[in-house]
This record gives sequence, structure tokens and C-alpha cells, in this order.
Amino acid sequence: MTDSTAGRPGGDHEPTGDFSAGPESRGPTGGDRAEPRHRVIGTPPPAEARSMLKPPPPGSPGGPPPPPERRELPADPSDPVRAKRAERIVVACFVIATLAGVGFIAAYVLFPVHSVSRTLYSNLALGSTMALVFLALAVGAVIWVRHVMPGVELTEQRKPLRSSDEDRAAFNKTFEEGAEASQFVRRPMLRRSLIAASVPAVVAPIVLLRDLGPLPRQSLDHTVWRNDMRLLNYGANTPIRPADFASPGGMITVVPDGYQDDFNALAKATCIIIRFAPGQLQFTSRSAPVPGKVVANWTVDNIVAYSKICTHVGCPAALYEQTTHHILCPCHQSTFDAARGAQVIFGPATRALPQLPMTIDAQGYLVARHDFTEPVGPSFWERGPSS
Amino acid sequence: MKAITARRRRPAAGYAVVLFGLLLAGLSYAAVTGMGAADAASHGITGQPLVAQGRTLFNQSCANCHGLFGQGTPNQGPSLIGVGAAAVDFQVSTGRMPAKEPVAEQGRKPVSYTPQQIRALAAYIESLGGGPAIPSAAQVNPKGANTGLGQQLFVASCSQCHNFVGAGGALTYGKYAPPLTSSTPRQIFEAMLTGPEAMPVFNNTTITPQQKRDIIAYITQTRAEPNPGGFSLGRVGPVTEGLVAFLGLLLFMVFAAMWITAKHGKAHD
Amino acid sequence: MTVNRALGGTGNWLDERFRGAKGLRAVFRKLYPDHWTFLLGEIALYSFIILLLTGTFLTFFFKPSMTDVVYHGNYVKLDGLHMSEAYASTLKISFDVRGGLLMRQIHHWAADLFMAAIMVHMLRIFFTGAYRKPREVNWLIGIVLFTLGLLEGLFGYSLPDDLLSGAGLRILQGVVQSIPVVGTYMSFFLFGGQYPGHSIIPRMYILHVLLIPGLFAALIGAHIFIMYHQKHTQMPGKGRTNRNVIGAPAFPYFAAKTTALFLFIFAAVTLAGTFAQINPIWLYGPYNPLAISAGSQPDFYMGMLEGALRVMPAWQWVIFGHTFAFNVFVPGLLPLGLIFTAAALWPFLEQWITGDKGEHHVNDRPRNAPTRTALGVAAVSFYGVLWAEGANDLIAQHLEISLYTVTEIARVAVFAVPILAYIITKRICLGLQRKDLHLIEHGVETGIIRQLPNGEFIEETRPLDEEAVAKLALQQRVTPALPPGLGDAGEDVPPPGMRRGIGRVKARLYKVLTESVPVNGHANGHGPDVHAVDEEGRRAAIGSSERDRGDGAGGPGSDRHG
Repeated sequence: MTDSTAGRPGGDHEPTGDFSAGPESRGPTGGDRAEPRHRVIGTPPPAEARSMLKPPPPGSPGGPPPPPERRELPADPSDPVRAKRAERIVVACFVIATLAGVGFIAAYVLFPVHSVSRTLYSNLALGSTMALVFLALAVGAVIWVRHVMPGVELTEQRKPLRSSDEDRAAFNKTFEEGAEASQFVRRPMLRRSLIAASVPAVVAPIVLLRDLGPLPRQSLDHTVWRNDMRLLNYGANTPIRPADFASPGGMITVVPDGYQDDFNALAKATCIIIRFAPGQLQFTSRSAPVPGKVVANWTVDNIVAYSKICTHVGCPAALYEQTTHHILCPCHQSTFDAARGAQVIFGPATRALPQLPMTIDAQGYLVARHDFTEPVGPSFWERGPSS
Repeated sequence: MKAITARRRRPAAGYAVVLFGLLLAGLSYAAVTGMGAADAASHGITGQPLVAQGRTLFNQSCANCHGLFGQGTPNQGPSLIGVGAAAVDFQVSTGRMPAKEPVAEQGRKPVSYTPQQIRALAAYIESLGGGPAIPSAAQVNPKGANTGLGQQLFVASCSQCHNFVGAGGALTYGKYAPPLTSSTPRQIFEAMLTGPEAMPVFNNTTITPQQKRDIIAYITQTRAEPNPGGFSLGRVGPVTEGLVAFLGLLLFMVFAAMWITAKHGKAHD
Repeated sequence: MTVNRALGGTGNWLDERFRGAKGLRAVFRKLYPDHWTFLLGEIALYSFIILLLTGTFLTFFFKPSMTDVVYHGNYVKLDGLHMSEAYASTLKISFDVRGGLLMRQIHHWAADLFMAAIMVHMLRIFFTGAYRKPREVNWLIGIVLFTLGLLEGLFGYSLPDDLLSGAGLRILQGVVQSIPVVGTYMSFFLFGGQYPGHSIIPRMYILHVLLIPGLFAALIGAHIFIMYHQKHTQMPGKGRTNRNVIGAPAFPYFAAKTTALFLFIFAAVTLAGTFAQINPIWLYGPYNPLAISAGSQPDFYMGMLEGALRVMPAWQWVIFGHTFAFNVFVPGLLPLGLIFTAAALWPFLEQWITGDKGEHHVNDRPRNAPTRTALGVAAVSFYGVLWAEGANDLIAQHLEISLYTVTEIARVAVFAVPILAYIITKRICLGLQRKDLHLIEHGVETGIIRQLPNGEFIEETRPLDEEAVAKLALQQRVTPALPPGLGDAGEDVPPPGMRRGIGRVKARLYKVLTESVPVNGHANGHGPDVHAVDEEGRRAAIGSSERDRGDGAGGPGSDRHG
């Protein structure tokens, strides 16, 4: 069952130490490790070994020469000249590495940062010295192994990974005895109550995670847009009059007044307004979204407002092509037709961009009539059909 | 001749022939494509009033597609009534116009006209229907502008087509937003103002001239900025970085591994 | 040479407390087979070490906080801008800490190399069949490591809160939100409320620097220990059998070589960090949910997911007031889930089909397992098509192909290319097998042309030497006509295990999986005759815990006596 490991020339592997020693070390059956037969003190040794004069041991003067010491690894490489040459190369590499290492420390001290161009020089200096250190060491190490060390190829035997039958039997015995001693199997109430006790212990850590965040409730259904809330031109954050946004083909990002710095609000409420030339928009007279149509009531002077948050996975769908009046989201190429209610014409998005209801306030600035009439942004489970 | 034929069986001979062929093809192509520009530039007439000069130039090269009075022709050239001097200056000074062939998107090409001729053309088109004027030098000077605000405006309105640093990007049906590497401040201003081709119009009340200056300053400073981390790899992000990781780093490591594990130095064993 | 006194003294001191002599000697004498492909896993391992070192440096300076600050630092182009503390601290590391930019870049390049090395290492294991018994658990651990690596990289590059990685987080949030029933809850719990909230960066930080590295350390430790305990596999060659290991000992050879590899890796990522700019967050600007850039891609190892999102058509169901957003959660979960599940199940599926229960310690040559190799290449091409689609806008821009056309091509290619790849790869493998046979039968061409007396020109060949024949590993192609353990087959009656439905399927799969060019008996006496179902062949073929099939029943180069 177990592999024979004895007697292979050229490098063998003795079994590594563990609890159960191999068969060789037990009893007088093995070769070198045989123990002398037991003798009672005083009796003369067996006849075969009788000699008044013991022969001198190997290696002592007058005795036979000592057996050659069996090495596993050769001491020196087979070609000393080549090895010497390689050694010089390796030493040169290591010297380079040393100098580069000193250079690294010098570069750190000598090269300041705090501006883009200075950072460039510092990075170059630090990086090239550091790389040189590693490269020189690496090259030196490889040449050392391959050309200075003597070449060696050894063989060892594998043992099958399966434990021996005796080991398995011994383990089984220990396990069974332990299981019986624990009374776990014999006393069912003990067992069942323990299992029952561990269930809440496993569930408790999961319950502890409940306060990681609030429940979504209805928050995904609404944005911060409200009645009479002004649309601000993002960046300058100024309100917009239609006359200021009069060029057909114009497009700009708008944010709700009061929320221009609130990322949570902007991640859902940001819109784009697009100015069309007369006759380009496909209107519907209904006051609710109709597929493929722009709600006329919600536009001002051929200016239409759509949510900028793509209905695919939420990137800003910001790319507007004036000539085709397509809104293209650069993330996954969902494309919406701005003249036809931002309905999807290509790409993975499944729903049109919601249209923001707009009107003008008393001062003539663009304001929202009310919030979107459907949830903006990516789809989610609780979202019903677009209203 | 004998010197060449005597060497015709050498291994390098094949490569030499291919190289010569490529050179010949390249030179012929270059000679042919450069022709149009040379013609137009040589026809400038000086001394006439600007608008009249512009009309002459217009009738020579632009009327075919844009109509004799700039009213446009279907499917070929849009109407130029009301586009303004700024649009003309942008299109012609970037070489986009005159268009050589009908493509999805006119790209930047070698310029066909002198600056004086461009001024003339612009004056003529303006006389047809008004429109945005060419900005002054002070209006487009990025010195002292607010690059922080410029960055904000750029990523809100420009980077979705032109990319973070203005390296350009793809649009639909073969169109593309061009890289901003060669645009002058004036051209950037005019592009925003007039909305060339598919680009939206950002007039001076939508993005004020001051804000346009901030954006221009952001663009010019970004493209002039050195790359402290080394070669920029195109400034397009992780795609080129991934290519370098596989084709550079991993390949280097594979070669290193091959060297390390190669059979022990030949003279041994 | 006697051991240096200080070293000896320390050794004794430790030995008196830990009894280390025997154990350490075994470690020193352990043999490691040599082949460059065996170093791929080490490339991943040492990249991980470099990540730990550079990452620790970065943690001294990075602030994982989404608190809004106004920037007045040394990158003057962004002066006055609002940004998160995370982004501001990353700017500071890049421009105000000496070596900061270098450490950031080395860290990121090492992460890319780590993932690339894991991928090729995993492929090497697959194509050489090194996942077979006894290494199935290690294979599973490897898949978990790969998944953890994806997450770790995703969280790592999202920490600076820049525009590019922020867009990626938004996409992640959209995908999570789309999951039926639990999606909105998962999204709110992950982000601590509405997107983006103020919690995601600190949470990702602790996952990135503590939890996942801890899992990595444990799993990598287990992965290496298992490899050590079971001993590494070896490539087929002269004298290499399933029962032995041939190589050089750990001390000093393997230790020196592995150190050299570590130094090379460090040199490579340092060179990259010096001369190749990566993740220039100052160019991207701070994250803003209303801003986006053209050509936004995640790091390459997430590219497949991005491509899947782009290629998917717009499919959704709305029933009874609820939305099944197939267009989002299918590409988000299905392709990668499919690949990982198939990979995890593969060793067990293969074992079930072939009935091979023996230990395998000699690697297969990929050509000797044509179906397996072809399946692997098909999987790689499936992955690759989606990966390329992830960069479809850059492809459209730079190769001047219409944007939609690229996606439409990808929609077809994602099915067509793997099928083509399977067919072509299998044919190539079978062709290479025939070439090996040709080499055995006719020898290697020497390039010396001789003219025979009758005027015919022939090229001289010389027969392969023993070592070359051993490397061909023809015996790996030998498989019994039936899965072992199924008992005798009569002429017309199939054996018991193959009569019912699942048995017939198994039989057919077996034939496909073990398809190879047979090694004929009349090829100069080399190789067994596979069609003779004799006792010798059967005994050699049947797998068991002690005997195995990789021995090669009398095949060339095999050495039963080790």
C-alpha cells in the first residue's frame, strides 16, 4: 500500500516525521537500522563476531578509507570558469542595485513636489531608481541560480494522498469514541436544544445589519421638484428666461433651485432643457405622458425639459445631437428621441426619459409645474407601468 | 542596375520591394489629396470690399452646396442665413469647409483659405442674415479665468461628447465629437456659440462669454498640462491601461518566467 | 562547511522551543518542478504582496470621507472647487506627498497585473487539467479568489471618488436596484439610503483595506498550503510519472528563483508606475451625479460586465405593478455567473462523465484533451466578445465604425464566436495530435536533402530521442472505450450503467469528451492498442485511489518504477 522509498540512488526522500513511524524502524527487518540482538550481560558475544582485535574504524589511521559522504546536492558548479564569469556579472548587478538604492534615497531628498511638473520629475527620479534596484537584483538573482549554482534535478516519490487503512480505522475509532462520550448522539433533547439555540445565534448578526440604511418606502417615486420651483442653469446657478434660451438646437443642464449642491437630490432631479425650432416637437394635448409624444402643456416656447438621469442604470444621459435631436447616454448607448417624448430608439434602456412639467412664474423664469408624474432613473421592482 | 539585380535573391530584397511600394503609394496619395487646397488659396483677390470679396469666394467654392444665396440645398448644404460670422470663421478656419466629400461628420482638415479670405467670407454670410459675431481677442483670452468653474461647466455640458480632457468621443451613425487638441480659443468659443453640425448651441445667454472663457481656460490648461505619471496612454482611461497591463506587464512577466525556469545554464548537467 | 555560529545558535534556540529540525528540513528539501507556466500563480501572489505594501503606505494619507470640502491645494486648476475629502486627499497624495503618486500608480498597476495573472493562471490550470483530483478544492478556492479580486479592485478604484469611478458606482447602484424583490432594499442598505449618500466610500474603504484582504490572506494561505501539501503537478517528460516529483529543492533553488520572480514583478510594476500614467484622477475631476464623460470604462477586469450591459437589448416585463428589468439584471448577473458556476462545476462534471477517480499529478498537454481545450477557448471567446463590447464607443471612434453597428455585431458575435472557436480549436488540437503521431512514426525533419540512386530526392529524418517522445505524452490520449466501472459490455447490449436515459446521455458525453486521435499499435511498436479491451489495458485504465490512469500503460517515456 505505501510506497517503497528505500534504495534509490541520486537523492531520496525519507518520510517526514509524524506520529506513526514507518515499518523500517520497527524490529530487525530493515537494513542499516537493525538493532543488535538482546544479550544478557556477562555472556560472551556470538562466535561470528569474535575477534580479539577490533578492526580499526573507517577513517582512522590504519583503517579502510571512509565511505564517500553521500551528498544530495553538489557543492560546486561543473564549469568553474563559466561560473566565475557569471559570478562577476552577478556582483556587477548587485553593485548597480546598491547604487540605485542610494540614488532613490537621494532622489527623495532632492526632488520636491507640490506642482504638476515637479511631481513629474520626482516621479521619474524615484521610480527609475527604485525600478533599477529591483531589476538589477532580479537579473543578478536569476544569473546566480542559473549559472553560478550547480545544476540539479532530483526525484522524490509521492505517497498517495489517501490515508492508510489503519490510520483511517484509528481515526474512526477515536471519533466514534469521542462522539459516544459526548452523549451527543444518545441524548436527543441535548442535541435538538443545541441546534435550536444556534439558530438565533446565526440570524442575529444578519439582524444587526438592519440599520445599514433606511427602507426605500416611496422615496424612489419622487424627486425634489415642486410647484413653482425654479430651474437653475447649472454652474452659474442662475434662473432662466425663455428669451435667454432662444437658439434652436440649444441644450443645457438645469437643477432645482435650492438643491444645486445636494448630490442626493441632483442624482434624481437633474434635467436638461432643449430648445427646438417651431414645428419640430411632436405634441400631444393630453396632460399626461403619451408614448412618442411631448406633452405640450409642459413645454414653454418649444423648450422641453427631460430628466437627465438615464432610465437604464442612472448615468447622466447628456449627449445631445442637435441635427438628429437624439439624446445619447454615453455609458451604454441608450438613445432617446427628444422630439418624440424621449422615447427609446436604441440601446438597453426600456423607458423614455420622464418629461418635467414646466411653466413660467410671475417674473418670467422657467419653473416646474409639479414633480415628475413617474419615477425617474433606473427601473426597480416596485415600479409599475409608466403612468 | 546590375548592382540591384545582383542582390535580388538576398533575404532583405523582399522587404526592400515592399517598402518601396509603400513609399510610392504614400507619396502618390499625398500628392493627390493636397491638390484642392492649393487651388483655392491661390485665387484670393485683394483690394475689393470685404463683402464683395466674400461673395466672390462664396460663389466659387460654397454655392454648389449652400445655394447661390446661401439658402441651402436639400441633402447637401444647410442654409447659412442667420448662422453668423462666427460660424463661418469656425468652419473655414478649422478646414472643415469647403467640404471635400459628403461624410457623416466633417473633420478638421488643412485650411483652404487665408485669414483675410476667411474674414471676407464671414462678412458676406453675415450680410445675408446676421447671426453671432466673431468674438474679440479679449473675449477668448483664457488668462485669469476661473478654471475651477470651467471644469464644472465642462463636465456638465461638454465631457459627455468630448471626454474628460477633450480627447473626443463617438456619436451615432458615424458621427463623432472631435478631440479638442488643436482648437484655438477663438474656435472653441465659436463652436460653443454656433453649435456646428451635431453640437448643441450654447449661445451667450445660456453660457455667458465669461463662462465660455472659463471653459476655454480649462481646456487649454488641461491639454498643455504635463503628465506627471509618465506616458499619458491617450488620456482615455482604463481601456488603454488594460492593454498595457496585458501586453506590457504580463508579457514582460511571462518572458521573465521563461528565463527563470529555462533549462539550467547549458554547460552544466 | 560548518554552519555559521550565530545562525546555528539562533536555530538551536528556536528548535528547543518548537522542535523544528525535521519539519524545516522537509520544507528545505521539498522538490519543485520547473516550468514557466507554474510561475503564473506566483505572479498573482507577489502582486498581492506588493498591493499590501503600497496599500499600507496609501492608508497613511487617504481620507475615506465624503464630507464636502473646498479645494485650495497645489493642483491649482481645481482651486475653489467643491469635492469630497476622499478626492481631495487623493490629490494631496498625488501632488503633495513625495513618492505618493508613485505608490498610487504602483498600487494600481499591481492590481491590474494581479487580475491579469489570476486569469492566465486559471486558464493554465484549466487547459492542463490541473484541477482534477486531488486539486478540486484548490480550484474552487481559486474561483473565490478571483471573485474577491474583482470586488477588491472595484472598491479600490472607486475610493478616490472621481468622476470616472463614480459613474461606475452609479451603474453598480442601478444594477443592484434592478434586482427583483430585494433590489431597492439592497441598494438602500449598501449606500445607507438614497444614492449617493455619505456612507459608500467609508464602507468600501473598510471592505477594501480590512475585510477582503483578510479573506485574501486566509484563502491564499489555504491555496498555497494545499499546493504544498499535495505537491505541485509536473509537465510530462522523461522519467516523470504520476508517482514522483522531479525538480530542484526549495533550498536554495526554488527560494532563489521565487525571490527573483518577486523582484522582477516589483521591477515591472515600478517601471509601469514611473513611465505609464494610470488613473489620473486629477484629469477626471471630482464626482458629480450630473456629469459623465464619453468613453467611460471600468478597469479591464470589470470590462466584461460593462460589455454585457451594452450589448443587451431593451427587454423588460411589467406585470401586476412590478418590473422585471431583464435589460439590467440579466447582463449584470448572468454572463459572469454562468462562467463562474460552469468553472466551479467543471471538475465534478468531468469526473462524472469520465468516471475517472484517480489522482492526477502529471499535467495534460492541452492538445491531448481536445474537447476540454475547445470548451475553454469557447468560454474565453465568450468573455472576450463581451469585454471588447465594453469599449464599443472607443472602437467606434478610433476604427471609424458606426456606433450602433459595433453593438449589433457584438449581439451576434457573443453567440457565434464561441461556437466557431469551439469548432476551430478542436480541429486544431486534433490536427496537432496527428502531427505528434507523424513525428513518432517518421521522426523529425533534419533539413538534409539526399538523392537516392534512382534519382528521387528525400529529406532525411531522425527519430525523436527519449526525452522528446516523453514530452509528447501520447499515453494521455489513451482512454478506454467505455467509462470505467460500468462492467462488461456484450456485443449488442449496452452495459448496465448506460441503459437508462441519464446513462445514455453520459455515454454520449463521454465519447465527445474523450475524443482524440488514437495512438495505433502499429506505430513502431509505441503506444498501446486502444481497441483491444484486454486485461492489461483495462487494468491500466481503471482509476482507483492507489492506481491511476496517468501512468501510461506501457506508453513511451513512462516509468512505472519511478
